[in-house]
Amino acid sequence: MADRSKSAHPYIPNSNPDVKKAMLDYIGVDSIEAFYSDIPKNLRVQGELNLPDPFLNEQDLVRHVVGILNKNTPQGEMLSFLGAGTYNHFVPAVVDEVINRSEFLTAYAGDPYEDHGRFQALFEYESMMAELVNMDVVNVPTYDGMQAAATSMAMAERITGRNKILVASRINPDKLSKVLNYNQMKLEFVFINEIDGQPDLAGIEKHLDSSCAAIWVETPNYLGTLCTKIQAISEIAKRNDSLLIVGTDPIVLGILESPADQGADIIHGDIQSLGIHCWFGGGHGGFIAVHDDTKFVMELPSRLFGMESTSVEGEYGFGDVAYERTSFALREEGKEWVGTAAALWGIAAGVYLALMGADGMVEVGQTIIARTRYAAKKLGTISGLKISDSALQFREFVVDSTESGKNAKELIALARKRNAEIGVPISEYELLVCVTEMNTQRDIDQLFDLMSEIVRAK
Amino acid sequence: MALPIAPKPLLRRFHQARWDEPVIFELSVPGERGVLVSEIEVEIGKSISTELHPVIARKVAPALPQMGQMKVLKHYLRLSQENLGADLNVDIGQGTCTMKYSPKVNDLIIRRAELFDLHPLQDPDKSQGALEIIWRTQEILAEVSGLDAVSLQTSSGSAAIWANVAMIRAYFQSIGEGDIRDEIVTTIFSHPSNAATAKAAGYKIITLHPDENGYPNIEEYKKVISHRTAALMITNPEDTGIFNPHIKEIVELFHSVGALASYDQANANGILGITRAKEAGFDLCHFNLHKTFSTPHACGGPGAGASCVTAKLEKFLPSPIIVKQGERFILDDDRPSSIGKVAPFYGVLPNIVRAYSWIMNLGAKGLREVAEVAVLNNNYLLKNMIQIKGATAPYAPNRPRVEQVRYSWNELFEKTGITTEEIGLRALDFGLHYWTSHHPFIVPQPLTLEPTEAYSREELDEYLNVLRHIAKEAVDNPEIIRTAPHNQTVHQTAHEDFDNPERWAITWRAYLRKYPEVSKRKRAKS
Repeated sequence: MADRSKSAHPYIPNSNPDVKKAMLDYIGVDSIEAFYSDIPKNLRVQGELNLPDPFLNEQDLVRHVVGILNKNTPQGEMLSFLGAGTYNHFVPAVVDEVINRSEFLTAYAGDPYEDHGRFQALFEYESMMAELVNMDVVNVPTYDGMQAAATSMAMAERITGRNKILVASRINPDKLSKVLNYNQMKLEFVFINEIDGQPDLAGIEKHLDSSCAAIWVETPNYLGTLCTKIQAISEIAKRNDSLLIVGTDPIVLGILESPADQGADIIHGDIQSLGIHCWFGGGHGGFIAVHDDTKFVMELPSRLFGMESTSVEGEYGFGDVAYERTSFALREEGKEWVGTAAALWGIAAGVYLALMGADGMVEVGQTIIARTRYAAKKLGTISGLKISDSALQFREFVVDSTESGKNAKELIALARKRNAEIGVPISEYELLVCVTEMNTQRDIDQLFDLMSEIVRAK
Repeated sequence: MALPIAPKPLLRRFHQARWDEPVIFELSVPGERGVLVSEIEVEIGKSISTELHPVIARKVAPALPQMGQMKVLKHYLRLSQENLGADLNVDIGQGTCTMKYSPKVNDLIIRRAELFDLHPLQDPDKSQGALEIIWRTQEILAEVSGLDAVSLQTSSGSAAIWANVAMIRAYFQSIGEGDIRDEIVTTIFSHPSNAATAKAAGYKIITLHPDENGYPNIEEYKKVISHRTAALMITNPEDTGIFNPHIKEIVELFHSVGALASYDQANANGILGITRAKEAGFDLCHFNLHKTFSTPHACGGPGAGASCVTAKLEKFLPSPIIVKQGERFILDDDRPSSIGKVAPFYGVLPNIVRAYSWIMNLGAKGLREVAEVAVLNNNYLLKNMIQIKGATAPYAPNRPRVEQVRYSWNELFEKTGITTEEIGLRALDFGLHYWTSHHPFIVPQPLTLEPTEAYSREELDEYLNVLRHIAKEAVDNPEIIRTAPHNQTVHQTAHEDFDNPERWAITWRAYLRKYPEVSKRKRAKS
């Protein structure tokens, strides 16, 4: 057996005992314990932490961790139509190449000089997102779309000084959980049920009063339905000096008119669809977009990277815009807080948008629309299943299995036996089915065959 | 010129890449494509329209750049070269952020479909491996903190602090004291997110300042606590690197008025296996997996946060948590007292796996070695730094520090007028990142160094040599500092427009709108 007592751990160069001794001698103390003299004995851990035995060499470590991960089955090895918050979209190779570069992956908080690259890449991300939403200001990403929604509501409260939000769309329950918990001290949320998947204008009018900070609409909503009434709601909001907050998914904005062009004051959403893998739900970033109006800009908690001149003509510099808003500058007097969030995902989304370009974003929208409609139409022909209106569905739609006599969980269980994920249960007899550009006609035809079979199965 | 080659000079003759790269929109050429999209099949195309309802159909396609694939790649690779990652840098100048080595093997491990191609709502029988690693990491961090239960749902340290505040709020609401307890106490050398998240949760913030020892006297705590206090939220060692030895007494003080105590353990790297939240009596704590536990900082996220609590608070943890039942790992979502969802699904899986892998390479002995060498490195820097003329380590003279030190260049500033920001910009000329500290600058002209365990003695010496050199330049040749950086991606950048709403440009379209002459110039050129 090799004698390792004289060697350092590969990640800890100064753990070599000779180096340690030389450094201790230089400092003038006998042992490392001297540096811990301020930590009283009664606060010390007795003995060693009780942790599993380590795998000291890389080879054994890889075998251990990969051994556990291999218990997973990726979506690529099954027939999968899962969405409801995390979406299986195509990730171009160049995206992963860029975000796995050491320089981006391991950087953190450098200045706009040695980290010029991340400042420019994130400025470009902001700028490309701004083209999608047709607004002049987009933040450096916050944690995820749930946080972006929660912060949008908090901004509305600060901007209007009012304390009520009218929720006019059906919202993903996870997102809603976050938004409600986040804003419970300052905002009251009033829910106005949709009618046939669209916001109820009369219902909104009924609840509108001088305490209404904003109306919250989502397009697509939780069930994949695009909203046709944003313009009308915007007019209602404006008459009442309330804001219109719209949640969306940027993947649809190649074909969907930006809510900003229909009167939205704040747009928010998640960027996972833009070139970020599913990661078991761990690949999210949030965007918030507003017009270039200080009343709004100064309420954003996130970093905002902007352009500047340098001492050399024709050279682009970058830096933080309106830094004095932030908790980095003002602690509790800043707007909410800012910190490590989702910058690398922002760079990924930027690379994705640059690769796709305008044509790519239009095409991906069209492909998703076409396959969503095709899937809805086909599944609708299966006896026992009913499909929600497909004309306004983007990527997701609801399958109602009441008439089949089988509930959503039973159908899912039957499908899983056949190595397929057919959707997410949203009520006893309702399944939310998700179709992206990753699901080809062949996949959808297979889904049709499978659903036909399991609906009939004894 | 002939062999042999003369020895290297003491300081590296560094120059960072300077590509003078245009903004991406300027690289656009109509008709170029970076990637093609899966086409609509002929059969679908025949029978299915892609038209959207006319009220919502987009009339004008978004003005995104049109670029060939290699051009996109090249642009971003050039930008990457204009970014100094920790992998290329002796990144000890970003105190409080624990810039350590993020092992490549862990990046390799996560890049497999069995992780990136998992859907969070797929059959748990087919994601047992992911759930197992989350569960194992929860268990490990429970032991490292000494607390009872852990959630890994949040994607950063501040988000984990937020989750802890939200649990504090939920706890007091559950015992009917939500309306009474509206104050949270923190210290000025605790991370600003403690104050900021608590304020966002609706609390009034009381911030205590240090005495000559570097931490507030215990009497100061006694003056501010009452039946209105919800919690203490504190970092220890604080951002000065000084460990508050009275921490247990302080925590007991808060408990004595019915308040909770929450421990910001972003600064845990020097005390792994030495002391824990449990021993000091804390009710909650949090870790940053992207600091102490090595996951890469990713230009500012995603990170991963861990919220740890005692059994008393377990029911308030974000939902779901992962539990082991027999040999299976299941998602426990039936938790009515939970604060609910703080972030999507189960956390930033790639980082949870990286952190797990890092810990499993080290074990209990290794974690302690990490802490001890981080502290050794820090005190080695301290010994050297205070010998540099103009630099001091305020508070607690002649006392050791734990994992970092907040130094002051005030003496140098008073003598030469050179500020810590200027020193930082000059350090860039030698390929070294340098951060001052969080605002407000309580320590005048601050610099916060945190060497972690990852750097060798030679690398620490390299950093010190550069600081010695700059301190000397401040006296002999201050102009070279004032005009720095000289060897960087770009030259000194103006600042005036960043705070002027009429002039700032947060996006390219805003820039073109505010400065129409730019578009005019471009049109003339084409």
